[in-house]
Amino acid sequence: MLKIKTSSEEETIKLGKKLGSKLNPGDIVCLQGDLGTGKTTFAKGICAGLGVTAPVTSPTYKMVNEYRGELKVIHLDLYRIHEEDELYDLGFEEYIYGDGVAIIEWPDKAGSLMPDNYLDIHFQGQGDDREVRFIPQANKYIGLVAELKQDVDFNN
Amino acid sequence: MSEEFLTLGIESSCDETSAAVVRGGKEVLSNIISSQVDWHRKFGGVVPEIASRKHVELMNPVIDEALAEAGVSFADLSAVAVTFGPGLVGGLLVGISAAKSIAYAHDIPLVAVNHIEGHIYANFISHPELEPPVVCLTVSGGHTDLLYFEDLGDYEIIGRTIDDAAGEAFDKVARVMEAGFPGGPAIDKLAKKGDPEAIDLPRPMINDSSYDFSFSGLKTAVLNYINNTKQRGEEINKADLAASFQQAVVDVLTAKIMRAADDKGVDNVLLSGGVAANSQLREQLQEKLEEQGKELYYPETRICTDNAAMIASAGYFNWQQNQEAAGYDLNAEPNLQLGE
Repeated sequence: MLKIKTSSEEETIKLGKKLGSKLNPGDIVCLQGDLGTGKTTFAKGICAGLGVTAPVTSPTYKMVNEYRGELKVIHLDLYRIHEEDELYDLGFEEYIYGDGVAIIEWPDKAGSLMPDNYLDIHFQGQGDDREVRFIPQANKYIGLVAELKQDVDFNN
Repeated sequence: MSEEFLTLGIESSCDETSAAVVRGGKEVLSNIISSQVDWHRKFGGVVPEIASRKHVELMNPVIDEALAEAGVSFADLSAVAVTFGPGLVGGLLVGISAAKSIAYAHDIPLVAVNHIEGHIYANFISHPELEPPVVCLTVSGGHTDLLYFEDLGDYEIIGRTIDDAAGEAFDKVARVMEAGFPGGPAIDKLAKKGDPEAIDLPRPMINDSSYDFSFSGLKTAVLNYINNTKQRGEEINKADLAASFQQAVVDVLTAKIMRAADDKGVDNVLLSGGVAANSQLREQLQEKLEEQGKELYYPETRICTDNAAMIASAGYFNWQQNQEAAGYDLNAEPNLQLGE
């Protein structure tokens, strides 16, 4: 596990950008944490790291936003999902098992449809201070998180 | 002839499945919105599960109901207009498929409509005499777009949210305050009993030179206030918090609209989308505009939120202007922008 502290929105975006630049086709990133802890802000960073130039906004209402950078980016938000059944109507599996990168906010709402292999990222904190924890839930993310750690250490 | 022109509108871009019949572009004969129908009473349990986004199950009953309430049949229709974006691809495809089938079977034009453009037309249904140029704020759970246009069909997006939509901030703040659902009306009601100056909250980007909006930081400020107050073991005054939060949103929206109306030199300002139903926004904006001899327009509340009447209206005027029907290869465009 890797723990990183950020102390402003800009730093959270910068961290997301570093992660984004390391992601590969088929990668799934889950963002967990309470309302207002920086999930969408971090997602903006991931998109920037993947070369998305379009404005990245909250997907809460639409549930899915799609972007195109160097890869296709699917930004999902399951906040408004009440039961698993609704995910079939949404086409959840078609979205996340594609050839792009999938970012999922509120992944715990996915229940049994939650993917097996993903990079889990937890957010907590108040005011401007955030703690971001990276927990690889698949072997392929272990190297990626190690690389991210080096990158962050190097820059500090 | 145009008075007899009947357009069937179909909308299924997000949560609602909706169908409507509109005569001559502005007269709504029926406007059926799935969440507002008492399905159990109507069908006695034939439609077993009425969750949102069940577009496939709801589309045919909603269209049938729209035709029945308007007292017309498929054969009477002159055109069918359908939302083809922006929205969720699954829902959009259900509406588009239904519209194509009807257009093909009855040999009438299929007209593709942008959902945001539909919201603009809601104002022209409620105020048939209205003429551009106008500045229009479309503000809902999914959108916060500030538009300027001199001609219908030729829109310029001059500002938009860079993070959360205003309606989303209302919903999320209502959720953490346990103010009730839906969040917008719940906060509006609660705020009437509170002091809008009780709690000092930020007005994000209010002095920024762009027309863009940001509501994520305001949402976080409210969350921090709630957490800090609880940590001190103090009671939260919900009415004061609702009033202070609403005032912050309304101040930002009003400031940007006023500046846009001034910069563009327009006398008419429109609101559309679900948040256009907010009483504080309407009152404050009306007052400020009146001071400058300008006028505020907003749709009747029943056509503020997602509905098919506004799609039928937009479709009618698009057809009258261009006589351009969409092909049967029309596809859903989840990221459709205005003007595409």
